[in-house]
Amino acid sequence: MSFYCSSYPIVEKKALAGGIYSFTIKCPEVAQAACVGQFVQIKAEGYTLRRPISICSIDKENGTIRLVFEARGKGTDKISELNKGDLMDVIAPLGNGFTVPAKKDGRVIVVGGGIGTPPLLDIANMYGENCTAILGFRSFDKVILDKDYALSGAKVIVCTDDGSTGVGGTIAQPLADELAKGGVAAVYACGPTPMLKAVVAAAKEAGVYSEVSLEQRMGCGVGACVVCACTVVRDGKEQVLRVCKDGPVFSGEEVVL
Amino acid sequence: MSVIPDISVNVCGKYFKNPVIAASGAYGFGEDYTDLYPLSELGGISCKGTTIAAKDGNIPPRIAETPSGILNSVGLQNPGIDKFINYYLPRLKKQDTVVIANIAGATIEDYAEVAARLDSTDVDMIELNISCPNVKQGGATWGVTCSGAASVTKAVRNATKKPVIVKLTPNVTDITEIAKAVEAEGADSVSLINTLLGMRIDIRTRRPILHNNVGGLSGPAVFPVAVRMVWQVSNAVKIPVIGMGGIASAEDAIEMMMAGASAVQMGTAIFGDPYAPIKVCEGMKKFLQENKIEKISDIVGTVKPW
Repeated sequence: MSFYCSSYPIVEKKALAGGIYSFTIKCPEVAQAACVGQFVQIKAEGYTLRRPISICSIDKENGTIRLVFEARGKGTDKISELNKGDLMDVIAPLGNGFTVPAKKDGRVIVVGGGIGTPPLLDIANMYGENCTAILGFRSFDKVILDKDYALSGAKVIVCTDDGSTGVGGTIAQPLADELAKGGVAAVYACGPTPMLKAVVAAAKEAGVYSEVSLEQRMGCGVGACVVCACTVVRDGKEQVLRVCKDGPVFSGEEVVL
Repeated sequence: MSVIPDISVNVCGKYFKNPVIAASGAYGFGEDYTDLYPLSELGGISCKGTTIAAKDGNIPPRIAETPSGILNSVGLQNPGIDKFINYYLPRLKKQDTVVIANIAGATIEDYAEVAARLDSTDVDMIELNISCPNVKQGGATWGVTCSGAASVTKAVRNATKKPVIVKLTPNVTDITEIAKAVEAEGADSVSLINTLLGMRIDIRTRRPILHNNVGGLSGPAVFPVAVRMVWQVSNAVKIPVIGMGGIASAEDAIEMMMAGASAVQMGTAIFGDPYAPIKVCEGMKKFLQENKIEKISDIVGTVKPW
């Protein structure tokens, strides 16, 4: 595992649903080193802290990575003002991503909630039709990446809290239905904590391995400042670990949500 | 022919190849940035505050961004002195930089015991954290009174022959009184400032952003306070002063040294720019060259007050 700190050119910028942006940056060494579920720390000009953003997709051949984030504060607003051709200052790739076996036996389920949907896209790309993507959003105007997931070949189930598109309600019922079909090798999830709790519980009940990607306020992003704490049970005892360096992905078995 | 500028300094008899030390709490145990550059680029590292037993720290969130700074309330999460001595220290000692152990405790006996254990190791210096604002027991409870600061310093002084740096809190009425009290008990140096106690509230939830409610402010916002205190303290004591608090550039570091700091520490700036310490060293060399100054130590305390 190694990371870089440098400025890389933005080769594509797209506005997705309200306030959510997609940036693709040309960073061959980062793309080469990166794996699914890792994140980057982006400099927001004029702010003390960088902003941790998950990697949505890695293109090793073209040497690019795609970053999808919501502008939901002054720092991410500032980053969202960057344009194609500008340089993006990042530390990347960081953290431990999802464990995806080299030999892709069986079927997997990815469960993304809102802005937690981007980091799971490459799992869908790897598994294609052997992946079911259950994507939850507040309402139809918040839906992102559903077409990208569909392009992967995965079976896509969109849920909205208000029922304005797709399945009405949370991801809970579609997840239970998919698990009940059997033959699921793993469930991977990223999203709000209540959703992660529900996913871990459902997977546990079905006897299926699960992994979740956590979010926490970060400082350095590389493990030095010990700010982004989370609790896991490992070797039979509770331990406080770092989301940035020991995570952001943890197994559902060990994480205390 | 231009002379190669000398940015090495000597503090308490220890040679630092440059005056930039990674501040405690910002750089872990020196293992997290080695993908970018070797630790030997730094003059020294002050390790994460270490206690006698491992500590889990405070419940997150532990950080909040503020204008030109951050609030943190980590609460001294650390693996304990045994792991420091047996695991981290041997690795750090291979890195060609000055290794400073930063120690904290809940009781005077804790401080003395940790110092005594370090005394038989090859750690270069010991920094006494009597200024952590984020733990209920220990830390700043010692640092806010002259008698508290003096008694911890005395106990540690009796426990070790290693150079002892006492890290001071700015959350006091007169920091020079504390500095004089620890000097009188045998401190070899003082470092300042630790963070300023602060608070932020999320107005939507009416909850403090930090789960600990309050935390320590650092970053460029505190820099002028730090310069003022370093200047006051360096005029009040004879022992060397290590200056820190919001240093983000070579200009800041030079200013801090002119105020009276023999060396500087950098913390928060590294989060934004991991290369900041290296850039400070480069900027210092340039400043010396441009101003025809032979060595960086020549600028220490050279502010000309009105």
